Amino acid sequence: MSTTNQPVLQVSKFNIDFWVEGVWYPAAIDMNFDVQAGKVLAIVGESGSGKTSIAMGLMDLLASNARVSGSVKVNGVEMVGAKKSLLRKTRGADVAYIFQEPMTALNPLYTIGFQIVETLRTHYDMGPQEAKTRAIELISMVEIPNPEASFNKYPHQLSGGQRQRAMIAQSLACDPGLLVADEPTTALDVTVQAEILDLIRNLRDKLNSAILLITHDMGVVADLADHILVMKDGLTVEYGTSDQIFNHPQRPYTKELLAAVPKLGSVAVRELRPELVGLPPVLKLQNVSIEYPKKGRVPAFRAVTDFSLEIFPGEIVGLVGESGSGKTTVGRAAIGLLPTVEGKIEIVGRDITKPTAQELREIRRFTGIVFQDPGSSLNPRLPIGESIGEPLLLSGDAKGAELNRRVEDLLDSVELPRSYRNRYPHELSGGQRQRVGIARALALTPSLLIADEPTSALDVSVQARFLDLLQNLQDKLKFACLFITHDLAVVDILSHRIAVMQDGRLVEVGTRDQILKNPREEYTKRLIGAVPVPDPEAQRIRREARLASK
Amino acid sequence: MDEIKKSTISTSDKNETGIESKETEGLSQRQIIVKRFIKHKAAMASLVTLIAIIVIVYTSLGVNIGTGRFKISIPGWWPYKIDQIDPEGALASSCNGGVTGCPTLDLAPPFLDGDGIRFGGHPFGTDIIGIDYFALVMRGAQQSIMVMLIVGTLGILIGTIVGAIAGFFGGIVDAVLMRVTDMFLVTPTIVIGAVIGFRFGNLGVAPLAIMLGLFAWMGLARFVRTEFLTLREREFVDAARVAGASDRRIIFKHILPNAIGIIVVVGTLLLSGAILAETALSYLGFGVRAPDVSLGLLISQYQGSFGISPWLFWWPGTLIISIALCVNFIGDGLRDAFDPRQRRHISMKERRKARELSEVPS
Repeated sequence: MSTTNQPVLQVSKFNIDFWVEGVWYPAAIDMNFDVQAGKVLAIVGESGSGKTSIAMGLMDLLASNARVSGSVKVNGVEMVGAKKSLLRKTRGADVAYIFQEPMTALNPLYTIGFQIVETLRTHYDMGPQEAKTRAIELISMVEIPNPEASFNKYPHQLSGGQRQRAMIAQSLACDPGLLVADEPTTALDVTVQAEILDLIRNLRDKLNSAILLITHDMGVVADLADHILVMKDGLTVEYGTSDQIFNHPQRPYTKELLAAVPKLGSVAVRELRPELVGLPPVLKLQNVSIEYPKKGRVPAFRAVTDFSLEIFPGEIVGLVGESGSGKTTVGRAAIGLLPTVEGKIEIVGRDITKPTAQELREIRRFTGIVFQDPGSSLNPRLPIGESIGEPLLLSGDAKGAELNRRVEDLLDSVELPRSYRNRYPHELSGGQRQRVGIARALALTPSLLIADEPTSALDVSVQARFLDLLQNLQDKLKFACLFITHDLAVVDILSHRIAVMQDGRLVEVGTRDQILKNPREEYTKRLIGAVPVPDPEAQRIRREARLASK
Repeated sequence: MDEIKKSTISTSDKNETGIESKETEGLSQRQIIVKRFIKHKAAMASLVTLIAIIVIVYTSLGVNIGTGRFKISIPGWWPYKIDQIDPEGALASSCNGGVTGCPTLDLAPPFLDGDGIRFGGHPFGTDIIGIDYFALVMRGAQQSIMVMLIVGTLGILIGTIVGAIAGFFGGIVDAVLMRVTDMFLVTPTIVIGAVIGFRFGNLGVAPLAIMLGLFAWMGLARFVRTEFLTLREREFVDAARVAGASDRRIIFKHILPNAIGIIVVVGTLLLSGAILAETALSYLGFGVRAPDVSLGLLISQYQGSFGISPWLFWWPGTLIISIALCVNFIGDGLRDAFDPRQRRHISMKERRKARELSEVPS
């Protein structure tokens, strides 16, 4: 189809602008890059840097208020300003996409088999039987177990990782010369992420496709990329080989980005302050089991079994596990949002196993929680000032002018401008919203803070600043903290102790060094091994070690 | 010296906090919504129009509520009554074609080939037997607005409360409330209306409206319930609970404002639907009875005379449409005001301008 030396994708002088409220806002400025067959180019940048716009702009998939100029050549054919019919023919056949959220990118009404067959039959003259055979072949190629049966499964019947595999199978249907993967693993657990990355690498070797990888995760980049393009505010910051970027970054922004990536074992041991040692625990979970009650014909589901953990004043305990391991359930039960069926929960010496409404109200003065999704945990109809002030108002601590003053103090303490109090959550960025979440959780100066994946929706540099802020506040206010996360590197920075969960059970608990350096349990080792490190060489060694141990 | 310095610092401090506090002055949710509503031009225009219509309608004929001892009676400024025949006036305002009773209202000024702006004795004309039509239409509009307000208030109130409670508490409460709603829903509206109209139509319009209102809430209740079912799973509800909010506060302060969009949209449909329901019932002869009138009754009475005296059709029709349109626009404005994510669409003009700009070589 194409000559051997011609790049599959050639982008030059590529610009994207969006028309918003009477002004053109540039999303990508003067981009120049190309991707050879069998190579991976990673575009790295924080959210809002324009990387997804580029991916969509390549194939003219942008909203109607965008304009594109410059040149995009796929196998030497110009795509900017091309006819709709040519674009449609190219999409899917020569250029295929993998999106971030496999649940929303797959149509829930059709089986994955149907959706793959659809792609096949749109582009090729193919009979239904033939297409089905090919689809099953593709499904087995992406290593979904039991391809024949999976062909007839609906997206909701598959796990997140399998869905992403199905997505990949669909995009590979026509042997595309170029695969555009937009944050393909962001929604997945580390272990699943590692598998998907392996899969993408294998496919690249097998099919010799060019891959344009778009991600914010330096670990993923280190694992896959041959070339890297660092972006900021629509501009190319740096463009070079993987080795150049990781080992000899030239621009300060690239260095900053690399520095913001949390690395395992890079922080000194955090010691508990001596004056806090030996105090009774703030939170005590004793053989706790939690069930979601049965609903109609759906039987009760035991999310957490026989879980014991103690958190002492001034201590940060990281609770780590994959999605579905029950870590959020533990967090919610710990502040009385979920009832327990067995065991005992004590907060500041009070038993809240079977709490009355009165007891619950009392313990809420001692507890705060930061939720995972800052977009959903703030009431969109309330200005953030009211959200922050609510615990103060309801506990009767402050009213009127006093309340205003306290809200302003809280905004100051999380380093947000006071004028933000009248803004609505949607007017704030993700990082700012999460700061609001912290301010609200700390409004009553609680002795226990539950942080439920507070950084999973944030960029690395924003995450780094958020973790700094949390540490500073914790040093100042000395609250105990249960930090729930799937990211081992984050708990590595923050926590004094780490607890690892799997399938609702506690696997291992110990100090940070015990868990990260000398894990005893197989599961913990696997979890640590799957975390990609932002260093291509080290990552290659880790990867080989992981694959060898399989 | 030190003293002076200190004082200047403190005043400048004060000034700064003054400016800052002005900027940070905590506007409550309501103030922000009102501000945004006022900015919505179509809604404000409709609100003004609706208020003008209501004021004219109620002051022109005055208000007569109740019977016997509890009669409240405020006279209006319009000289004619709905039971007063004025044959001379009807003859005086006959049109060119010899049709009697056509409108004396003329809004076309002389330079547009008109006779100049004048109202005349019977601006809306008279009906077939010579009753002033302005009086009839005003009386009809009074009835229709009353029906709209009573049905709307009752329907929205009951629907929201039933839906909110069912959606928030779920379980057995939900099941019972929804089965009751089903019971109400399966009965055809027109049959209920006919029965109610037959039974209560002659008591006047208020009892009829109340009964209609008691059968108008089901659709809204379902919508509100669905909205609550999704909203109560959101994390901000948990966040409010952790902050110590009671069920009542969570329902009314946290979830309800988020469901207001659906309530307003369905509510305005309910309001305009109420006008149309009353019109339909009166048209069928179950609603308001002669000698009293409503807009629907007027239309049904004079449907035959559309060919000869079309104004008998126009005026009540125009009024029904204007009231319903105004209500819908106000609902639109309210929804925009309540939705902080509401963004202005890119207008065609802007888009054209953008295209022109984009053709400039970059």
